[in-house]
Amino acid sequence: MEKKKLTIAITGLNNIDSPGPGVPVIRGIKDSNLNARIIGLAYENLEPGIYMPGLVDKTYLMPFPSTGSEAFLERLEYIQEKEKIDIIIPNFDSELYLFIKYSTKLLEMGIHTFLPTMEQFEERHKDNLPEYAKKYGITVPESKAIMNSNELANLPKPLSYPYFIKGKYYEAFKVSNQSQAVYYFNKLSAKWGLPVVVQQAIHGTEVNVIALGDGEGNTVAAVPMRKQYITDKGKAWGGITLNDERLLEITHHIIKQTKWRGGMELEMIKTDDGEYHLIEINPRIPAWVYLAVGAGQNIPEMLCRLALGEKVDPVTKYEFGKMFIRYSWDLIGDIADFEKIIIFGEL
Amino acid sequence: MSKLNSLAISDNGFIFKPSTGESFTTNELGLFIIQFLKENKSGEEIINAIMQDFDVDNVTAGRDMYEFLDFLKKENMID
Repeated sequence: MEKKKLTIAITGLNNIDSPGPGVPVIRGIKDSNLNARIIGLAYENLEPGIYMPGLVDKTYLMPFPSTGSEAFLERLEYIQEKEKIDIIIPNFDSELYLFIKYSTKLLEMGIHTFLPTMEQFEERHKDNLPEYAKKYGITVPESKAIMNSNELANLPKPLSYPYFIKGKYYEAFKVSNQSQAVYYFNKLSAKWGLPVVVQQAIHGTEVNVIALGDGEGNTVAAVPMRKQYITDKGKAWGGITLNDERLLEITHHIIKQTKWRGGMELEMIKTDDGEYHLIEINPRIPAWVYLAVGAGQNIPEMLCRLALGEKVDPVTKYEFGKMFIRYSWDLIGDIADFEKIIIFGEL
Repeated sequence: MSKLNSLAISDNGFIFKPSTGESFTTNELGLFIIQFLKENKSGEEIINAIMQDFDVDNVTAGRDMYEFLDFLKKENMID
């Protein structure tokens, strides 16, 4: 008997120099045993995933999250009427609030998600990391959320140069003096809003973990990685899976303590002394998810199954020493496709 | 597992350290020394083996071995 065909909608089709996770999430689903029709949800009409051959079956433009919940729900209702979506996997930090807030309403419409709770989402914000660390017994660098550039002149000790100035949702810049700090504060607050976070720079190697929590304290999947090639935007352009037991222990601890639900990425600094400092928790699947798939843990597939209420057994095995290397590739498109996206908002 | 045994080392001299993701390259002599270290041979035994296999004197063999051991220590591949 043929498996039921699922309709899965994915955001984050912006496979650009600061890539969204949509395209690798879709690749994971296509590599799995799921029989899926893929609906792309795009925010901009030149997101490459819209045009990549064989990737999405249909794409719809979405209103930016900043437009508000009414436009967001209205658009999803329109798409749902046409597509009968079973699962949505949102992949942008900035849209998660709406998807979490309206997850019950989406479910009433027949759309399943597998997202952190609003409390989980809110408490791991960059500006709340010190409290988060204290609550769950995690080591984090000294940091402070600031609302005004004047505060940069009087940062509490032991915060000192160099430190990072971090945007509310994305981007971080290392600064070594006051004028750099003020410049980036203004830039980041204008782009992502307030607060802006000042975080002490820790000397060491950045290591990341992609993980999936089942919402009951179990780590369903986890793969650690070290970036091998980092772009000027701080994005991994190459990476390798690690055999780092301590890093996995910390991951299991965080997921157990928080009962994390959904995909996540832990960004950590490993010092030369072997200490780990958590610098950020991203509450969604990261753009390097396809490395985890290649190493033996198909996190997008597992997330879909969890969203449908299936029992998913935790996977602990993965291959270490697996690498990914990104590349850019020029697609040749037709103006007619571009026209459809511009005029009708769908392709 | 000892630090040395946790490394993935190819016959071509490529060393991969799975705990950190770092990779290194070494030459025939490096591979030779690693093999002896894995067999828990003493420094003197390794120097003698280098002298025999690479046709070098005692001073050269000793210098080469200690230089390589320094490298392995610096990169935290041995204690």
